[in-house]
Amino acid sequence: MRRLLFKSLIHSPLTEPRPPASSLAVGELVHALDGAARRRLGRSLAIRAVDAGSCNGCELEMNALGNAFYDLERFGIRFVASPRHADVLLVTGPMSRNMREAVRRTYDATPDPKWVVALGDCARDGGCFAGSYAVMDGVSAVLPVDLHIPGCPPPPVEILKGLLALLEGVNSKAATP
Amino acid sequence: MKQGTPSTLTDIAAAGRRAEHHAPFIRAAVPTDSWNLAVEHLAEGRLTLLDLWGEAGAVHIALLDEEAGEAAVASLECPDGRYPSVGRRHPPAIRLERAAADLFGLVPQDTPDPRAWLDHGQWGFVHPLGTRMPAAASPYHFLPAEGGSLHQIAVGPVHAGIIEPGHFRFTASGETIVRLEERLGYTHKGIEGLMAGAGIDRAAGLAGRTSGDSTVAYAFAFARAAEAALGIAVPPRAAWLRALMAELERLANHLGDIGAVCNDAAFPLMLAHCGVLRERVLRASDAAFGHRLMRDRIVPGGTAADLAEDGAAAIRALLANIRARFPALVRLYDNTASLQDRTVGTGRLSTALARQYGAGGYVGRASGRRFDARRAFACPPYDELAFDVPVLAEGDVNARVWIRIREVEQSLSLIEQILRGLPAGPVRADVTASDGPREGAATREGVATREGMAIVEGFRGDVLVWLRIAATGLVERCRLRDPSWFQWPLLEAAIEGNIVADFPLCNKSFNCSYSGCDL
Repeated sequence: MRRLLFKSLIHSPLTEPRPPASSLAVGELVHALDGAARRRLGRSLAIRAVDAGSCNGCELEMNALGNAFYDLERFGIRFVASPRHADVLLVTGPMSRNMREAVRRTYDATPDPKWVVALGDCARDGGCFAGSYAVMDGVSAVLPVDLHIPGCPPPPVEILKGLLALLEGVNSKAATP
Repeated sequence: MKQGTPSTLTDIAAAGRRAEHHAPFIRAAVPTDSWNLAVEHLAEGRLTLLDLWGEAGAVHIALLDEEAGEAAVASLECPDGRYPSVGRRHPPAIRLERAAADLFGLVPQDTPDPRAWLDHGQWGFVHPLGTRMPAAASPYHFLPAEGGSLHQIAVGPVHAGIIEPGHFRFTASGETIVRLEERLGYTHKGIEGLMAGAGIDRAAGLAGRTSGDSTVAYAFAFARAAEAALGIAVPPRAAWLRALMAELERLANHLGDIGAVCNDAAFPLMLAHCGVLRERVLRASDAAFGHRLMRDRIVPGGTAADLAEDGAAAIRALLANIRARFPALVRLYDNTASLQDRTVGTGRLSTALARQYGAGGYVGRASGRRFDARRAFACPPYDELAFDVPVLAEGDVNARVWIRIREVEQSLSLIEQILRGLPAGPVRADVTASDGPREGAATREGVATREGMAIVEGFRGDVLVWLRIAATGLVERCRLRDPSWFQWPLLEAAIEGNIVADFPLCNKSFNCSYSGCDL
């Protein structure tokens, strides 16, 4: 273990430079955000991940955000264990009917101001699961969605771009009351 | 199978009426006494249950004779919607029966557990794939655990980490768990319902989204079932590329999970290093096949595209990198007493239970069950490649980690062999069935429907796909069975007597799929 730790000291880190914020995502965001709430957020973003019936592909890529290459926390973005600690609900899946009540309760437990980000193609409109008796065809059927990050699943860098856009939108608006 | 000794499976199938076209295994509609005989064989351990599923007016069981290396499907027609319960004699069938009851309204007679499973009373009606009827609200009753000083801990469906939703009901005496009951079904998307009436290509896409971490395994199994049904031969290069993807997927998942198990034992250094290796596998997969998880890359008839120009080089560089770094991590795992203290002896699964439930993958192989679909039902190129199937008997978290470590090493070797032996040629055969009624041999023989089944070794264990294609070329009924159907109940057994704080560790060492079972 000592050798591994020592090696980590002398090698340059794996972490890669931050990607530019996605302009498309910023566009969606401008409509979505409320000025007063932005001022209160500050320079950090706490995310509660909620799986509303995904195939677990989006979860894999969300987890990848924590690895040394992306190192999500350097942006002031972190995943938290409770909706009560969260600014953002990151919701995946076509919104299964069996998860509807749990998702609603999670949203209600999240303090204001809060944002909902729908992650992945099926979170937008049900994707390939649309039309099934068991799904609601997208997260917006249950929660007010502020931002959508497309992909099946979106690779970590796309999730990062979307989250940065959310942050930058929040901070730039906060600076100009 | 040994010459001259008719296997139990053959006997059962011989008593029934063979399905006209069901490849490559036999399917027979059997009379009730043969059905009961099959159940008897299951209960006494001579056969292993691979799956149980329903459709309107019939119920099917897929059976495995492990010694003979044979599989077959027995079907029981039940026009009145009732059939003799398999779960009554053979508990591994219980959840499968509950799911079939929810979807089709098929009633297993004398079942020990008539509660709903996938149906949480949220769809607005019952029996979505059978005769739909208005739902009547009924509360879900968890199984009781009674005694002095017991308390319950309810967890989920929304968990503290980035994981799938499910509900765990612990009954504990102090810190010690005396009963765990799982309630799943939260991610039920109605995949089998969407498949009915879908074209082959759309159905293949849905199959690949059954469980995201096994997207290659599911697409692989679906493609092979479709090809078996339609009698399509896959070009050799495509077969080899599929195995390459399957091994990359196994590698990525094992590397990620080895780190994650250690992280749940409060040892994040392993997670950090294994996370780096997993990311490198995903990036090499992206370079080789154009998608990090290789989604939609395996299609009926072959693969969607050939290996990218610099793909082989990217994968070779990956192999070199993992070979340079992984052994030090294995030594770190093996030499860290504080970590071993958490994993050795924790969450022990007995060999008897693993065998009874036909546990696949590392869960079965860490508890003495040798089954590996790459061996038992070897498809090209696995029949030409050299690899070991590691087996341990301890059945604890540590054994499951070690099986994963050994499988990483085997996958590295397999990937190297595949790159070396990869034949040239086309990567996709023509699949015309999805365009409409098939002309030619099948129609002339008067075969209205064609059925196929495939068993493919995913990283968790054997994924089974059963498929019936109608004369129109559309999917009539498709069944996707995740290995987790038989692993989830074993987690309930393995956790008994452990402390609540060790649940994450045990759970992660099983790493069952929620979406794969909820469908």
